[in-house]
Amino acid sequence: MRKNLTRKHRSSNLKTFVLVTAAFIVMQLLSSMGMLKSSVKGQLIPICVYIVLAVSLNLVVGVSGELSLGHAGFMGVGAFTGVVVAASLRNMVGNDIVRLLIAMVCGGVMAGIAGGIIGIPVLRLQGDYLAIVTLAFGEILKNIIGNLYIGTDSSGLHFALDASNIHMEPAGKMILNGPMGTTGVEKIATFGVGFALIIFTLIVVLNLIHSKEGRAIMAIRDNRIAAESVGLNVFSFKIKAFVVSAFLAGTAGALYGLNYSAITASKFDFTTSINILVFVVLGGMGNIFGSVVSATLLYILPEMLRSLYDYRMIMYAIVLIVVMLFTWSPQAKNWIQLASNCGVMKRFLGQRKEAES
Amino acid sequence: MGNKKRLVEIPSNTFLREEDLGKPPVLDVRNLGIDFGGLTAVDEFNITIGQTEIAGLIGPNGAGKTTIFNLLTGVYQPTRGCVLVKGVDIKGKSAAHVNRMGVARTFQNIRLFSQMSALDNVKVGMHHDIRCSFVSSMLHLPGFYKEEEKANEKAMQLLEFMGLSEVAEMPAGSLPYGIQRRLEIVRALATKPSVLLLDEPAAGMNPSETAELMEQIRRIRDTFHIAILLIEHDMNLVMGVCETIAVVNYGKIIAKGTPDQIQNNPDVIEAYLGKG
Repeated sequence: MRKNLTRKHRSSNLKTFVLVTAAFIVMQLLSSMGMLKSSVKGQLIPICVYIVLAVSLNLVVGVSGELSLGHAGFMGVGAFTGVVVAASLRNMVGNDIVRLLIAMVCGGVMAGIAGGIIGIPVLRLQGDYLAIVTLAFGEILKNIIGNLYIGTDSSGLHFALDASNIHMEPAGKMILNGPMGTTGVEKIATFGVGFALIIFTLIVVLNLIHSKEGRAIMAIRDNRIAAESVGLNVFSFKIKAFVVSAFLAGTAGALYGLNYSAITASKFDFTTSINILVFVVLGGMGNIFGSVVSATLLYILPEMLRSLYDYRMIMYAIVLIVVMLFTWSPQAKNWIQLASNCGVMKRFLGQRKEAES
Repeated sequence: MGNKKRLVEIPSNTFLREEDLGKPPVLDVRNLGIDFGGLTAVDEFNITIGQTEIAGLIGPNGAGKTTIFNLLTGVYQPTRGCVLVKGVDIKGKSAAHVNRMGVARTFQNIRLFSQMSALDNVKVGMHHDIRCSFVSSMLHLPGFYKEEEKANEKAMQLLEFMGLSEVAEMPAGSLPYGIQRRLEIVRALATKPSVLLLDEPAAGMNPSETAELMEQIRRIRDTFHIAILLIEHDMNLVMGVCETIAVVNYGKIIAKGTPDQIQNNPDVIEAYLGKG
């Protein structure tokens, strides 16, 4: 019986890993054969980043059951930490990949620390209150980064909250320039590392769900009072899920920051948080595989709609509504069932299934 | 029924089973009281429960029985008096901490982890028994699967004990009512309690299920050697399985004794039926 259970978990996990790996190999092959347009190539790393963000947010929203609206803030902390670390290690670590990995770990740790500091007061709240406070903290993180000046010169790193206070040698170089963001970042992010990060995230999150910690986190989501009655300290499990999620968002943020030569703090605002939440909700709460698929498709969609110019975001919104209706409403499901029996829809549905699997 | 003969009256106006004499009580409640604003919900509540006793707590609706359970499990903090679990005061401790001190409970309105399987519900109860660090949980380091397997086996044993092994993989929320009640008992047992508090375990059960439950309650005591305190309105169950009974009304104890004594107590009859 136990073996059956383990096998069931493993086969559903395996599906996710196989799909991600297959997608990576296909893209890698296409790009090495020169069959990818440069605009498509440019989307590969952001897609990896958003998959990691969606999966990590799903840990908080789907598995732990807390609505968090500040995920982009952690991404931002990771991004700018990553950029600063990568810039200051430029002369010490020659290998770009190693430098990228160090930057991502540092970005993750800083975001994790931010998650801990924010989580301690915030996770004592529930429901709507938690959502509002996380939203506020996300904006605070964005604004702090947007007013931070960091520069480097021969004596090391300089920090200031005001451009005139930075006191750098004339030969020094600004890394982070307040509201103007980062400039002249060396683009060391690679698609391969993005793929590795997705795999790492999936391992951590899926393993966590199928362990005693994950069971405790889900138990608290299902019934807080009962969870306390069996000896679980509710707060400690919530904060664990929150910090792990923030850490993963930080690593993804670092990858994101090192993928562009210039980036500003305003990128990591409320809109981005909501976008990530949309990926999670449409992919299914607690459904990790769903998050991977929906993050990919919904990230590509606006790019594909570019030909519609001004109507692009209207179409995007309509597609979201339609997808939501079709996946959640029982009437729509019945209707699909009926229509598919008529045969008219068969071809359409066949394509739909292919796209899903 | 044979158990009832060996009760001994002790000075504090309660009874103990003969084999519990000389051993410290598992639950010792002294002058417990709680006020909600101006309302005194529970007052001067005293009870002593021996290590392997099956005790009942009865009273009309709204008498304060569930409030007493919430006080005994650390959900509410008492205004007056104290609760000693195996001699240790639970004052200021969280519900989670009180559970780890040896008090487990079920709920009147069932509170299962409804989206999780029955087996996982039991494994959540065994949380502190599974030796596995947080890092190992994330990375499934060597030793993880061995611990999981041990936990699975133990959880299955417990489910089997209550006749639930068939439904181990079903989501708890989809199970029939009577089975959910029993699953809650299994989950409480998985925390290795010294005393088990059952809040209306037979509510919504038919007579044959209730009879089976009575047998299971005795079997739990005899197998795990723990005390059981239960709230129940089904008098057949209470009189059939409890060795001592306390009756509360308006938050106060109005009678204590063996089932025979309670059945013939004029105060109890008055509380339930009114004055003749």
